[in-house]
Amino acid sequence: MEADFETRTDYDVEAVVGSTGKLYAQIVYGAPYDIFLAADRERPNRLIEEGQAVEGSRVTYALGRVILWGTDDPSVLATPDIKRIAIANPNLAPYGKAAEQVIANLNLTDTTETKLVLGENVGQAFAFVGTGNAQVGFVSEAQIAIRDDAEPKASWSPPSSFHDPIAQDAVLLARANGNPAAIAFMTYLQSDAARDIITQHGYDLP
Amino acid sequence: MPDLSSLWLTLRLALVTTFVLLLIGTPLAWWLAQTRSRFKPVIEALIALPLVLPPTVLGFYLLIAMSPNAPFGGFWLQATGDTLSFSFTGLVIGSVIYSFPFMIQPLQAAFEGPVQQAMRTAASLRASRWDSFFTIAVPMSVRGFVTAIVLSFAHTLGEFGVVLMVGGNIPDRTRVASIEIYENVETLNYADAHALSLILLIISFLTLFCVFLFNRRFPAHVRL
Repeated sequence: MEADFETRTDYDVEAVVGSTGKLYAQIVYGAPYDIFLAADRERPNRLIEEGQAVEGSRVTYALGRVILWGTDDPSVLATPDIKRIAIANPNLAPYGKAAEQVIANLNLTDTTETKLVLGENVGQAFAFVGTGNAQVGFVSEAQIAIRDDAEPKASWSPPSSFHDPIAQDAVLLARANGNPAAIAFMTYLQSDAARDIITQHGYDLP
Repeated sequence: MPDLSSLWLTLRLALVTTFVLLLIGTPLAWWLAQTRSRFKPVIEALIALPLVLPPTVLGFYLLIAMSPNAPFGGFWLQATGDTLSFSFTGLVIGSVIYSFPFMIQPLQAAFEGPVQQAMRTAASLRASRWDSFFTIAVPMSVRGFVTAIVLSFAHTLGEFGVVLMVGGNIPDRTRVASIEIYENVETLNYADAHALSLILLIISFLTLFCVFLFNRRFPAHVRL
């Protein structure tokens, strides 16, 4: 999106990548960012409440999708063949919470409880499966979309009713209020061009 | 009140790690103290690596090595029926590597110089090597042993990055105190984070305090 936006306008974008929680903390402590693209809804909301983000600027730009990676049949999770199931820590990551909900909807909570290994975030859950340490795991579909595997693994997409939507919100931060470049990017986020890129990368649209 | 099981797990990990390190570290430090091999600097540099490498690098390599797809991890799975990653044994292996220099370096320093001289004297009097090692070298190097053991123990208590990478946060298996504190902070559960942090701080302080107290009483090399 950064490159696409730059070809369409005269503005330059510099992206700072990090986990939602850490970027949130950086913003609270005065990091010089203009826009915050979070992986949840809670952190942008809190920034608005704290006066660190512009009220009314919040938009949901993507809906994350959790996917079971490593098998196309969720019923195997309960069998002894599967020793470890990687998920993101449900206390820390929206994808972990969604994974927990999917497991509950499959009625597998009790039978898989001792097999769960928790990544600090969904990236680590992905690494556990990607390196073969866990045979299967719940990861984000966006991670699979950006990775061209030599040996693609089977996967299973749970119906969206199996977990609460993983809404990802963007906000304009207080220091960028009135900054035309930042406002242009917020507008671009909701354009058809941006939405195409978002869906191509494994997200649903709100 | 926080769950103290993570703290017990941490103490167990530190104890087991220190014991394993003592078994591996003593002969290796002894060899380093007396060898003239031209490979010595290479070995010394390898041993010191965990001092400067980010734990994430170590953790990442361990994750790859412990994977059932890798030779070592695959062999382990075949032999024991369990993966090395996400297990207590896996954490012990990671901690042994992570705390290696803290065991080797004080021991090596203790074994050098006067101890080697005393050993040569003993050999000229036809004392057996094993005999003189335990009756001369070990008592002369008490301070080195205490420093090495305590530093290895304390350093393992504070381990975080490696465990985060290969542990998988499983209660009573791999959820050590540092991981639990991190999770408490991230979920804004500051009361438990404070309690656990304070306990860990006190244990670490007391451990280190004991070394320095002990070192004041003993000179670097005990003269017999």
